[in-house]
Amino acid sequence: MLRYTLLRLLGAIPTLLLVIVLAFLMVHAAPGGPFDDERALPADVAANIEAAYHLDEPLAQQLGRYMSGLLRGDLGPSYRYRDYTVAELIATGFPLSLQIGLLAILLALLVGISSGTVAALRQGSMLDRIVMSFAMTGISIPVFVVAPVLVLLLAVKLHWLPAGWSGSPGAAKYVLPVITLALPQIAYIARLTRASMIEVLGQDFIRTARAQGLATKTLIRVHALKPTMLPVLSYLGPAIAAILTGSVVVEEVFGIPGLGQFFVRGALNRDYTLVLGIVIFYATLIITLNLLVDILYGVIDPRVRQR
Amino acid sequence: MKKSGGILFLILVLAIVGPWLSPHEYQDTDFDAILQSPSFAGMHFLGTDDLGRDLFVRTMLGIRVTLLVAIVASLVSLIIGVSYGAIAGYVGGRVDAVMMRFVDTLYALPFIFLVILLMVAFERNFLLIFVAIGAINWLDMARIVRGQTLSLREREFVDAARLTGASAARIIFRHIAPNLIGIVVVYVTLTIPQAILVESFLSFLGLGVQEPQTSLGALVDGGVNQMEGASWMLLIPAALLALILMCFNFLGDALRDHFDARQVK
Repeated sequence: MLRYTLLRLLGAIPTLLLVIVLAFLMVHAAPGGPFDDERALPADVAANIEAAYHLDEPLAQQLGRYMSGLLRGDLGPSYRYRDYTVAELIATGFPLSLQIGLLAILLALLVGISSGTVAALRQGSMLDRIVMSFAMTGISIPVFVVAPVLVLLLAVKLHWLPAGWSGSPGAAKYVLPVITLALPQIAYIARLTRASMIEVLGQDFIRTARAQGLATKTLIRVHALKPTMLPVLSYLGPAIAAILTGSVVVEEVFGIPGLGQFFVRGALNRDYTLVLGIVIFYATLIITLNLLVDILYGVIDPRVRQR
Repeated sequence: MKKSGGILFLILVLAIVGPWLSPHEYQDTDFDAILQSPSFAGMHFLGTDDLGRDLFVRTMLGIRVTLLVAIVASLVSLIIGVSYGAIAGYVGGRVDAVMMRFVDTLYALPFIFLVILLMVAFERNFLLIFVAIGAINWLDMARIVRGQTLSLREREFVDAARLTGASAARIIFRHIAPNLIGIVVVYVTLTIPQAILVESFLSFLGLGVQEPQTSLGALVDGGVNQMEGASWMLLIPAALLALILMCFNFLGDALRDHFDARQVK
């Protein structure tokens, strides 16, 4: 198990390095500098600014400086939000994004697994078909379509829920963003659970357990659920990545001051360091969580450790 | 499967022919006809937007741009994916191991964020959108093609080609690649909706197609800003986008079940 964990850890490090170098080079290959404006700066001012942000150094030296900063958790200063470092901005935005993302993942797991199981148990029934066509719809319709349509229906037309974030009190403002983020993941998880459950239920050990006279409920809970969860578990990595991507849209539509909004604003304002910092932060998060999922997978299923 | 194909065909025909049926141009503004609801009175079949531009023509243009980006991006991913996968599968051994390990590493990258970074760094270049979206979507294709190639290279006709002295490149592209067409077609149908998603996601955030050009994602974005007074601006492109994505997904799933024996339920 230790060997397996170490191997996974070793596999994650080059990926992370690749992201950092790739992202850094992309930003620095950009034509034009971050301080180019309509009005050209006097040469000595431009030189001073370049020196202050170390833009006059060779690229390799800049990369080295950036990497050593990263190790200390220093992502550099933001180019647009003067007086703020990128790390400070991330610390401001991330907690809210995390809150909403976690709620969405929990909701997706809860609804997805239960509806997938129900569909698998009644395979071919009307209920199964309804769940599966909902799932197909949920997979096909992107978050940025679902979010505004839900706002239009439930908030603007029916006034059941608040449309925006600021100014609306209590938990009601969480409802729409969390549901919007969770919907596509519910759809994927329901499909995965159904397919996996059907496969598990067809296996010999289930037949044996049934022959021993176990009630269906106990059978599912004790024997079938654990092997069914393996594909769902390995989907968690992509799910988290999808929720991060979705959060960018959801925060934009609902006006939530989270990290996703900083990211979009940064991208539109050409705040290179901020965008670079957030990309690296997201990448680290996704890679770490993928690593955790991999390790968890090894804990649950000893067979994967052998490979 | 036939239904999805039929709907897609209809949408495509409408997008190509549609603009000729309307007297308006996609970029013409008309400040006497701002935010009009759909009607036949002013020949604005789907109403107008906040600049008085005809939404029917703009929506048709949006469908064209969205489909064009998606198809070109899928071709890019097809070329990269098939060559990469076929080479890895045919050469095999250590080269294969390294090449596939690289693919695994790339799988863990948050590509969409890198694409956004690319968009920020290099202005919003139309060509770049194609390439960037194509560059993210080739991984699945490479894996599948490699798997197929591994079994194809053991077949007699490949031995025969090798005996006649054909080079590795010739064998890969003239003898093996044609046998991959079935599976490749299936996965292209599944790549297209992914490419559509990425393009419309970027356009929705304002990082994709630039005004006065438009795409379905950009139209949805415009609709969000006006949804309280002019809900048709949001609902029509949103519904069309969802419909197109759904049709491609159904078509791809059906084709996969048809061609891929292992997936048959």
